[in-house]
Amino acid sequence: MSDFLRDYLNVVWFAAIALVLASLLLGISAIIRPNKPSAEKNIAYESGVNPVGDGWSQSQVRYYIFALLFVVFDVEAVFIFPWATRLETYGTFGLVEMGIFVFVLLLGLVYAWRKGVLRWV
Amino acid sequence: MNLAVTIPYWGQSLLRVLGGTVAVLLPAGTIVYLFLFKMMSFMQSRLGPMEAGPYGSMQLFAEVGKWLQKEDITPARADKRVFRAAPLVVLVSTFLLVAVVPFGPDAYFTQFDAGLFYMLAVSSISTLGILMAGWSSANKYSLLGGLRAAGQLIAYELPMVLSVLGVVIQAGSMNLQTIVIKQNSDSIFGWNGLGYPYIATQFVGFLVFMVSVQAELTQTPFDMPIAESELVSGYMTEYSGFRFLIFFIAEFATAGVFALIASVLFLGGWGIPFSWFGWHSVDSIDNWMNVAGPLVMVTKMMVLAGIIMWVRFSYPRFREDQLQRFAWKVLIPVSLINIMLTAIFKVAF
Repeated sequence: MSDFLRDYLNVVWFAAIALVLASLLLGISAIIRPNKPSAEKNIAYESGVNPVGDGWSQSQVRYYIFALLFVVFDVEAVFIFPWATRLETYGTFGLVEMGIFVFVLLLGLVYAWRKGVLRWV
Repeated sequence: MNLAVTIPYWGQSLLRVLGGTVAVLLPAGTIVYLFLFKMMSFMQSRLGPMEAGPYGSMQLFAEVGKWLQKEDITPARADKRVFRAAPLVVLVSTFLLVAVVPFGPDAYFTQFDAGLFYMLAVSSISTLGILMAGWSSANKYSLLGGLRAAGQLIAYELPMVLSVLGVVIQAGSMNLQTIVIKQNSDSIFGWNGLGYPYIATQFVGFLVFMVSVQAELTQTPFDMPIAESELVSGYMTEYSGFRFLIFFIAEFATAGVFALIASVLFLGGWGIPFSWFGWHSVDSIDNWMNVAGPLVMVTKMMVLAGIIMWVRFSYPRFREDQLQRFAWKVLIPVSLINIMLTAIFKVAF
């Protein structure tokens, strides 16, 4: 296997050690901890009052709108990275190009701003 | 690297993951004891833990021992498999983050040219774990906490991504090792005593990065997701026993790792200030830097982690609307302008 791929394979080992370490400690814990479940203990904790209704209640739609905005901006940021590493080669041409790109990006933000999407009501 | 003995790949991997474990757990332990137990206590005019060992220094071991014996409760209504997996996802994200941090010319776990990009990518895995925890608990507090966390983490992910772009433009590389060497071998107006740490020109980027880190870690001015006075403990409400401790360890380990990354990007990484002996490539650097490098990194990490914790103990909580407004209307425009100014200066000079 090439060194290039090995550098990426090392990442897999790091994910593996995290899981192994956590499982090991949870395993030790499983041996020495008590396990006495009861119907009352397993009720959702809502400050000692019996929970009313379902745990999966409805919540604000606003989070969803912010998530959509995030996707737009994050994808655009992905395009800036390769440009940033090669800026020296591109010179003024690259600068003008990215100026237009970032300007359009800012326009999107201003549009969302003016539409009141960024306001948390 | 020229070692006297060649270690086979499995041996290298074993050493790497052991080193990685130390690099995750040691900063976490130090931050919790030194800052969370002691510094916070002194700032609040109390002593903090004093019983376990001299000055309570064995308190961490006592805590782990205590948490190991606690019952692990899974609520009856919860989505059990997702509920149990969520803390592990958060911990994996921390381990993946530390994998790319360079500690010396040869003392690194793994490195690739897209290192910085990779770091930003894996740092958002923890968002997934937190959302999993909040959703699967089947608890209203957890659900609210999880949603708040997701909304906050994605809002502050953007300024973070955009603020490091200034560094990428200046270094012309996303490889963290290259960024460190560039910072130390360059000079400011011909004076190369200090090298050229990017905090000198990217101060705005550094500030935006540190604020985003504070928010990504859900540390106090940005702790809406676990606001204890309104949401009990947010997405962690239903967790007990060792699974709760995994969340806790991951939080402080990630604080350490982000402090390491900030020192790599802005403070010159493992280079010692005022002692860079004209090295220009990785191969020409003396071997003793592999020993000194990690120590320098730990020092810089402690300073930055200290600042993160200091802010945590000093400020009251943001409201949800203030928090979102700050990210979208202040940090993102500022970092976009920062990128363009950096690019203009880079092309002009």
